[in-house]
Amino acid sequence: MTQNNEKYLEKYMARTHLFGRVGSLIGILLMLAAPFAMGLSLGALPNLSAFAKGLLQIGIIYIPSCIVEFLVYTPMLGAGGSYLAFLTGNLINMKIPCALNARDIVGTEAGTTENEIVSTLSIATSSLVTTAVIALGVLLLIPLQPVLSAPVLQPAFNNVVPALFGAMAYKYFRRGKQIVAIPLIVMSVLFVCVPSLISSVGFLMLLSGAIAIAHAWVLFRKAKDNAPVEEE
Amino acid sequence: MLAQLNGWPLYLISGTVILFVIAFSIFFMVRAWRAGVAIGMDKQKLRRAVTASATFSLLPSISILLGVIALAGSLGVPLPWLRLSVVGALHYETSVADIAAKSAGLSGLDGNMTAEVFATIGLLMAVGIIWGVLCMALFGKGYCSRLQRTSAKKTGGKSFGDSAMTAMFIGLITAYLGSYVGTLVQLKGGTLTVTGNYLPLVTLGFAAAAMAVFTYFSEKKKVTWLDNFSIAGSMLVGMAAAVVVGIIW
Repeated sequence: MTQNNEKYLEKYMARTHLFGRVGSLIGILLMLAAPFAMGLSLGALPNLSAFAKGLLQIGIIYIPSCIVEFLVYTPMLGAGGSYLAFLTGNLINMKIPCALNARDIVGTEAGTTENEIVSTLSIATSSLVTTAVIALGVLLLIPLQPVLSAPVLQPAFNNVVPALFGAMAYKYFRRGKQIVAIPLIVMSVLFVCVPSLISSVGFLMLLSGAIAIAHAWVLFRKAKDNAPVEEE
Repeated sequence: MLAQLNGWPLYLISGTVILFVIAFSIFFMVRAWRAGVAIGMDKQKLRRAVTASATFSLLPSISILLGVIALAGSLGVPLPWLRLSVVGALHYETSVADIAAKSAGLSGLDGNMTAEVFATIGLLMAVGIIWGVLCMALFGKGYCSRLQRTSAKKTGGKSFGDSAMTAMFIGLITAYLGSYVGTLVQLKGGTLTVTGNYLPLVTLGFAAAAMAVFTYFSEKKKVTWLDNFSIAGSMLVGMAAAVVVGIIW
């Protein structure tokens, strides 16, 4: 990489953080202001004691989960992609698979500048497509409702996530054949034996992820130890 | 009440926030494109990243739209539209809206909605999921710099970073796949019971098989443009299989 490129990228990254931070903070303020503005336009304000009661229930699950998501997904998405993905949401069911798919198609590696750029492009596109689809859907809500809510089509719409993970499974299981078996067996046995945990799958993926990473690390060390030593 | 929840002032409020998110996305997209060109990345590759992401996002977006429709019956259109366009997540919003309604004294989302309960639900939905954005805004720069330093320290040889990303994603998929196995077979009172809920596994199987076909054509027959549509196409096959199997059984 030339010195000019390096300087350009340094400036690009610094500005990504600046714009990302400012944008995220404005986004948070708008998000918090919206329910108050909506309440005021309807002649009421949020009930703060009911809010505190509800927050206590959901905070126990969602605050640690959001923090873990920040720690785990930021290295996958890069800076620009992360600012966008956290602000636009739907991470597991869309943004992360979408960015990884774009990375595969373009052929970039995690942690590189190219990956940072491809992730940002991918998540921005994904977010714009979702916004457009929802806006179009809202506009066409009345004519579309009979089609979308037709009982015969419900199995399709109820199984979007399995369909997504089926397609991704073929790609990734093929690439990491050796590390699939252990987390898959552990997770299947766990959910068969304790079905009540199925609703916490988002949390338990951290366990299966940890198992897969640990196994990948062992294989990586083994391959490195067995590799022929290069002469100086 | 539902008519008020679908009134234009609420559309205006949601629309303003969503417009900000659209502007933010376009701004980041243009910057990334320019940076890619400036460092000499092939424009064709950048275009493929955009096309593949757009086709990839279509079907999941329709399922998010269904989430908006599902919540619209009790909360009107503007609030679910806002929640599922900014920070929201499909699996999160419905359950949190229900918890919020119960905390505010209703029997659930189907109870008698009031303006106060509605505003409380909106605030709780926003605050409950805001922490990832907040972490990114406060600690994102430091965390990314640390990650960059760690990867810069590695010299020579293949880094573990890429294998770790693949492993993390395999962990995510196996967790969901395991949950579908647990949805079909459950241990109850010491005996294994088949619940009959096989659709998630069938859908997953068909989508994976379709992906194998797409991969065959893309890798062996060199029809590389198929890559852009392989995920969306495989999902469509899986979802169609769910409909067919649902009709037959």
